[in-house]
Amino acid sequence: MPLTLEIITGERRLLRQEDVDEVVAPGSLGELGILPNHAPLITSLVPGELRVKTGNDVEEFFVSGGFLEVHSDEVTVLADAAEHGSEIDAARAEEARQRAVERLEQASDADRARAQAALSRSLQRLRVLEHRRRRGGGGRDMSRPTA
Amino acid sequence: MANTREIRRRIRSVENTAKITNAIQLVAASKMRRAQDRALQARPYAEKMQTVLGHLSGVAGEPETAHPLLERRDVNETTVILITPDRGLCGGLIANLERHTGEIVLGPDAGGSGDISMIPVGRKGGDYFQRFGIDFRASFQELGDYPGLAETQPISRIAIDDYTDGKVDQVMLVYASFVNTVTQVPVTVPILPVEPPASDEESSGETQYIFEPSPQEVLADLLPRYVDLLVYQAVLEAAASEQSARMVAMRNATDAANDMISDLTLVYNKARQEQITSELLDITGGVEALKG
Repeated sequence: MPLTLEIITGERRLLRQEDVDEVVAPGSLGELGILPNHAPLITSLVPGELRVKTGNDVEEFFVSGGFLEVHSDEVTVLADAAEHGSEIDAARAEEARQRAVERLEQASDADRARAQAALSRSLQRLRVLEHRRRRGGGGRDMSRPTA
Repeated sequence: MANTREIRRRIRSVENTAKITNAIQLVAASKMRRAQDRALQARPYAEKMQTVLGHLSGVAGEPETAHPLLERRDVNETTVILITPDRGLCGGLIANLERHTGEIVLGPDAGGSGDISMIPVGRKGGDYFQRFGIDFRASFQELGDYPGLAETQPISRIAIDDYTDGKVDQVMLVYASFVNTVTQVPVTVPILPVEPPASDEESSGETQYIFEPSPQEVLADLLPRYVDLLVYQAVLEAAASEQSARMVAMRNATDAANDMISDLTLVYNKARQEQITSELLDITGGVEALKG
């Protein structure tokens, strides 16, 4: 029986898909793969790439942290923020990366952690884009979400 | 009978008022739709988070997994976060919120044995309670019509920090809960200490969850986010309530103005007719006199 995947953020429900074969998520202890019949699990997430495999298709999402719950073949991602690969703005992510690097160089200790977090988010966004590009894009286009 | 020119001037002035209230009504109606959508969109996340917290609460009940935000203390100080609109012209909404909050912070047994402080969000609530000399821990204004998590997080973070530092022992949230377009009810929601939702039998009794990295760490990650979310949701609901209340209030005002215009037009026409009749009488009277 395939997995049901839901990706929810505080602002919207990004995805609900019922025929998912595998989910690979950026857990706080490292990347983890979830296949059908996984044991019940709750884990926190770090900024990174979430891959969804359905048949031969792979789709990439960016999540900026949050939680993941697995319970009887239902995978729920509670993300602080999440985007489909097609939604990520490459120029903006690159800009954010540069800003974070600059801030990191001249940051006091208090700002350092925030700059570091911003840097890791922008790097992960770029990584999602890179993977999507290498795979040859395609799949859903969610860049103009239907209201 | 007032003279016709005076009545005409009244009509024109009421017409101008109706134009303004109608414009505010239209703006509020379009903002209302979006604000209501956003409030509804945030619900699945909140529901899911509550389920996860429910799963955790079984584990969290054990002393070694407890978290500062779950800790109940004797109440020496209570903070009330009051969410009100920045602007008026929204009917009884603000007055209702102020009365409701007044009972909590100014009533005879306000705060039990302890002190009361507030965090007003929105200009109206802040302006009102300032007059009573209540201590403000912080105050927020102009969150915008469609506030995001980024705008509401500072509010919840202050509450969390003050609670963790032991400055306050209880935090409550007061806002206008959105029932439907014509009904908004002021509600009080305790947010700190966090009261984990009762976990349902099926999930806690039989399923043993694996927690990564550990139940304590997941809980430490989840609880602040849960509080963030409660505040975020309250702000969204308050925004939907505000726009709905304003839309309804302004529609009533426009209707009242239009009624007034038609009443005044009737009076005006009568006065005009009377004037013409008396002029005619004058003329025919004059003609008769000349014939004489």
